[in-house]
Amino acid sequence: MSDKKSARLLLEDGTEFRGWSFGHPQSVSGEVVFNTAMTGYPESLTDPSYSGQILVVTFPLVGNYGVPGFDIEYGLLKFFESDRIHVKGVVISDYSFKYSHWNAVKSLDAWLCENRVPGLYGVDTREITKVIRERGVMLGKIAVDGTEVPAEFVDPNRENLVAGVSCTEVRTYGEGRRRIVLVDCGCKNNIIRCLLARDATVIRVPWDYDFTQLDYDGVMLSNGPGDPQQCSATVANIRRAMALGKPIFGICLGNQLLSIAAGASTYKLKYGHRSHNQPALEVGTNRAVITSQNHGYAVDTATLDAGWEPYFVNLNDGTSEGIHHTSLPFFSVQFHPEASSGPVDTEFLFDKFIENIDACKR
Amino acid sequence: MQTIDKPEKVILLGSGALKIGEAGEFDYSGSQALKALKEEGIYTVLINPNIATIQTSENIADKVYFLPVTPEYVEEVIARERPQGILLAFGGQTALNCGVQLYRSGVLEKYNVRVLGTPVQAIIDTEDREKFVGKLDEIGVKTIRSEAVTTVDEARRVARGLGYPVIIRAAYTLGGLGSGFCDNDAELDALAAKAFSYSPQILVEKSLRGWKEVEYEVVRDRYDNCITVCNMENFDPLGIHTGESIVVAPSQTLTNAEYHKLRKLAIRIIRHIGIVGECNVQYALDPDSEDYRVIEVNARLSRSSALASKATGYPLAFVAAKLGLGYGLHELKNSVTKSTTACFEPALDYIVCKIPRWDLGKFKGVSRELGSSMKSVGEVMAIGRNFEEAIQKGLRMIGQGMHGFVANKEFAVDDIDAALSHPTDKRIFVVANALKHGYTVDRIHELTRIDRWFLEKLEHIIATERELERYDEITEVPDELLREAKRKGFSDFQLARTVSRCDAEHIEEGMLAIRRYRKERGITPVVKQIDTLAAEYPAMTNYLYFTYNGTTHDVDFARDDRSVVVLGSGAYRIGSSVEFDWCSVSALNTVRAAGLRSVMINYNPETVSTDYDVCDRLYFDELTLERVLDVTDLEAPRGVIVSVGGQIPNNLAMRLEHENVPILGTSADDIDRAEDRHKFSSMLDRLGIDQPRWREMTTIDDIYRFVDEVGFPVLIRPSYVLSGAAMNVVSNRDELEYFLTLATSVSKQYPVVVTEFIENAKEVEIDAVAQDGEVLIYAISEHVEFAGVHSGDATMVFPPQKMYVETMRRIKRIAREVARGLNISGPFNMQFLAKNNDIKVIECNLRASRSFPFVSKVLKVNFIEIATKVMLGLPVEVPHKSAFELDYVGIKAPQFSFSRLQKADPVLGVEMSSTGEVGCIGEDFHEAILKAMLSVGYRIPRQSVLLSTGDARSKMDMMSAAKALQDKGYKIYATQGTAGFLAANGVRAEVLHWPDTGQRPNTLDYLREKRIDLVVNIPKNLSKSELNNDYTIRRSAIDFNIPLITNARLASAFIHAFCRLGHDDIRIKSWNEY
Repeated sequence: MSDKKSARLLLEDGTEFRGWSFGHPQSVSGEVVFNTAMTGYPESLTDPSYSGQILVVTFPLVGNYGVPGFDIEYGLLKFFESDRIHVKGVVISDYSFKYSHWNAVKSLDAWLCENRVPGLYGVDTREITKVIRERGVMLGKIAVDGTEVPAEFVDPNRENLVAGVSCTEVRTYGEGRRRIVLVDCGCKNNIIRCLLARDATVIRVPWDYDFTQLDYDGVMLSNGPGDPQQCSATVANIRRAMALGKPIFGICLGNQLLSIAAGASTYKLKYGHRSHNQPALEVGTNRAVITSQNHGYAVDTATLDAGWEPYFVNLNDGTSEGIHHTSLPFFSVQFHPEASSGPVDTEFLFDKFIENIDACKR
Repeated sequence: MQTIDKPEKVILLGSGALKIGEAGEFDYSGSQALKALKEEGIYTVLINPNIATIQTSENIADKVYFLPVTPEYVEEVIARERPQGILLAFGGQTALNCGVQLYRSGVLEKYNVRVLGTPVQAIIDTEDREKFVGKLDEIGVKTIRSEAVTTVDEARRVARGLGYPVIIRAAYTLGGLGSGFCDNDAELDALAAKAFSYSPQILVEKSLRGWKEVEYEVVRDRYDNCITVCNMENFDPLGIHTGESIVVAPSQTLTNAEYHKLRKLAIRIIRHIGIVGECNVQYALDPDSEDYRVIEVNARLSRSSALASKATGYPLAFVAAKLGLGYGLHELKNSVTKSTTACFEPALDYIVCKIPRWDLGKFKGVSRELGSSMKSVGEVMAIGRNFEEAIQKGLRMIGQGMHGFVANKEFAVDDIDAALSHPTDKRIFVVANALKHGYTVDRIHELTRIDRWFLEKLEHIIATERELERYDEITEVPDELLREAKRKGFSDFQLARTVSRCDAEHIEEGMLAIRRYRKERGITPVVKQIDTLAAEYPAMTNYLYFTYNGTTHDVDFARDDRSVVVLGSGAYRIGSSVEFDWCSVSALNTVRAAGLRSVMINYNPETVSTDYDVCDRLYFDELTLERVLDVTDLEAPRGVIVSVGGQIPNNLAMRLEHENVPILGTSADDIDRAEDRHKFSSMLDRLGIDQPRWREMTTIDDIYRFVDEVGFPVLIRPSYVLSGAAMNVVSNRDELEYFLTLATSVSKQYPVVVTEFIENAKEVEIDAVAQDGEVLIYAISEHVEFAGVHSGDATMVFPPQKMYVETMRRIKRIAREVARGLNISGPFNMQFLAKNNDIKVIECNLRASRSFPFVSKVLKVNFIEIATKVMLGLPVEVPHKSAFELDYVGIKAPQFSFSRLQKADPVLGVEMSSTGEVGCIGEDFHEAILKAMLSVGYRIPRQSVLLSTGDARSKMDMMSAAKALQDKGYKIYATQGTAGFLAANGVRAEVLHWPDTGQRPNTLDYLREKRIDLVVNIPKNLSKSELNNDYTIRRSAIDFNIPLITNARLASAFIHAFCRLGHDDIRIKSWNEY
């Protein structure tokens, strides 16, 4: 009890929540966002889309099943979405110091320490969520007592976060029949796994790489952090790829970038969608899907060029969940069909992408 | 979007009486479904003999039939009502089985009735084990490998092939009936023989004991859209029936990969089977890999789905009903947020913990060990923001004298290892004991297979207790530790015991002192909402709970003197169940109708009163003094109603009054004057009202002296007993001595109350409402059985059919005097003994009783509505309606669940043992009793009846019934003495020898071979005697599923009824036609 170290979450608007430090005892600043998922902290914390963000987990009990082993499969960490923790800090209510799982090798606390990422527990995460919901996402700091607290609130969206998380050189995975370029804007490993499972060779390229000169069958635009307007280099490449007419599939940030390439504008949501329970309806059908999401920006589909149509729409707030081209094999979704973490109901979109590729090749 | 082909009229099948494995959850799901249909303008017809339910109240269904949910009667109703649709998924296994039979016999087709929601074929595919396995094989989903067999020999061969341990399951049974684990051939032989009595087919499968048990609630619409509303994880590993397990939601030890693997499979299964509506999928999950097996799929609303609804705030039954009409999930709104869609999966930001409530102490001979069949009679759900908080709340809620995980009365365990590896209803407290005795988490895990995560959390509670024990005064405890303790679910009571070390006498004072100190230090709980979306979207929900793991309230408190708090009834248990939920809901409705704010406190997930749309504010939380005071501190209510939720709220009355909480209705002091035996007795003496002689005594000598004075038999009530019944009737000195040895001590601290027992007396009850001591309305009912059978187990007749007018007059007069004497304002109930117009008062409760819904519905006057108006001080108009004017009869009959309670002696006594009841209305006594008996599972015998009729008096009582049987052409079998008596009185009976003689023809063989259709076995004396031949006959009847009656007067009434009337003579009339 006595060795508990006090720490606080400070929000831009002056709200303060007092709890205790776990993980790496260091103060940090970032954009405070919440996620309502009830499972999947090893996956979420390593999701590059969280780069620059302090993640508030609304489910109160975290750390229960520890952290899995660092096995490698296809040249990727098997149980994580990238090779390191990307969140700036993590805020929870009840931390399980003791974990229990056959697949765990260490505690969340130990893993955070190794990655030099601070955690805060013992705070009213529901209240923080309500504050963010009412006032919109805001900047904040985790301030650990006895450590130096950053003087300023740092807005990560001013930086090019994508450049910070993208790979720096081209790397190839697998030896499948279909050659797929993966534009890495902060790609989650499971996108690669989903493609490899479908007889593909994945050529992962940096976010601003002109991949159009490569020999490929289709383009996968990955998820990633931050404001899509920062990625004009990628948008320019996408426009070139569109001219080539080969299948394109975008996920999350990839959806926003394809939309921008298709003439649409994007805007920042009040507090984003970060959860495992977002319902999306395929426009013009009765097909409703439950999706995993993690985004702060959205596409205004009213601004799309001719030839493009909304593909999915969010059943809760009506925001765009994807677009597709009426005649060419281009589509993208705002949610995460690769899941991990979250429901896997929309994995069929990878099949659709593969079908598009095969149709094009014929 | 496609248009919906809406039926105009729909029949919904209810689940009948509450029984183990099928309880209040179906009142909740049926009520929700009826609301959903009503919203669509569909005319609804409900068939359910359970008169105490909310669904059979006015304004829920358009028409109610209090009839057995069996194919014969449902067909009659269909023929009469000609509905276009029928709902089968909302009345448990009873409704489902009935629906399948109606489908198979072609009745549904004949009358062109469409099954709404899941098609019957899909139901059959999930119910027949072999079809089910085949179906899942088609999509590569793993099930538990099992083989269907039809003989015991085959079962043994399969078991040896699979290797022990194996589990045996009977097909088509309620919640694991006839199922169990076998470790060797001998166990298998015994269990298989029994399972075959329930089903011609049994399944033998490899046991996966020790695997995790996980459940998903899955919903699918006709467009093939699927969601999983909730998953749940059992604290207890596989091997313990899920109804016997502590369960948490959502799962706590599953990784994302495991969670979503099982979720994906659940969706694949629901699609392949073709469910439209809701089903649950139960899995076994290997604790050491991602390997899994599907245990079963229930193609209907279930206990788990009711729990999932309460756990998440997602109205599963309501949505399932709408999907049955043809809506898509995306076309429905989330009824909590009212803005977002119903097509989503709730995100919880809390944990719930369900704990079963057992009442095994009420039964003699029953095994306390937990296994693959269900014995619990109710459950509670506790909500917290960590596991420690939730489980400690839950352990208090089950209401068996425990105060949480720790700080309970010393609980001795001789052999902790054995107790850990052979779990009983006390298992969680054995874990507490083990932890205190230094057992490591690993060791306990080895012995129990409970996941270490749960055990670590429990260890935290022990560790916190140890920290607290370092202090002697609450003021010495650092604020942070005090907060920590509260965050871990410690009650003020636990603190008073652990820190202040208060003894029993000073504990109340001590806990109130802690409360005051805490409040001074600003250590108080906050109120949070259950909003289905973890605060992502604003929700105007009134579904609330308390937690110390938070800093801000989610809601505001108007404190405008408009709140009226109604205290609910807690866990269903023997003696208190759905009838008090009906009372609570009636009170809430009346409060609301008066324009006041109705506030409910209750924690039973099986109830309608905890449905957030029946009140303006629902605190899904404890009914302890501490928590109720938390509510009243915040709400500053106009008052609290303590008289509609049974004994739990009643017991709080005085204590709340002491804390200046306004009690509505009869004052707490007057309640105390009725509750306190001595005060009540002296009041009766003063009023010149007779009562059976009684005395409270503290020495054995006094007891003998008193018995010499009043004579045997006497009713004896020790205040502390080791095990078994707490109350008993003893007929002679031997029995008295034996019984007193069971009572561990007779002393000043543990006095014994002995009451004169009057034999062959009629028992009469009055349910009434008074205002300022004046009786406004009353209903007098009589029991079919003589006094000695607990009133909850008795068959009740209203209006009375065989009572002297003078008896009625006297009872009315006494009730008036007592009402005046206690200045009653609200509901009350009194019980009397009547013999030759001599009336003695047995009991008086200044609260609603079990029979309030029954008399209210038979008389068609809602007593609780009147009582609530009285308590609120509203003008009351009492309908001038007299029971004398009724030209029909209502009969309330008990439902027993002995078949679930292995080895329990199915005999009735002064302790209640029924788990539920029905109430049926007939043109006359015979018709009403026949309907009621058929509704609780009795069948009109086809050919033969076994009579074994006890002592001379019972034999006499049964004579005319025996003659009636003979005249009707029944074959009568009888045990030796009975046969002789019958012969002497001109009734021919074939003698069957007592089981232990081994002589043929033997009763046991005849029972086993099902050559007997009804067993009447009257115990020889009033005490629950030792294992003997009578016990063997009774127990065999239960185990071989042969109707059994153990009371001469009831047997006689039933026999006369079915000898006079056949199925065809029963009039099919709905409630409103009477």
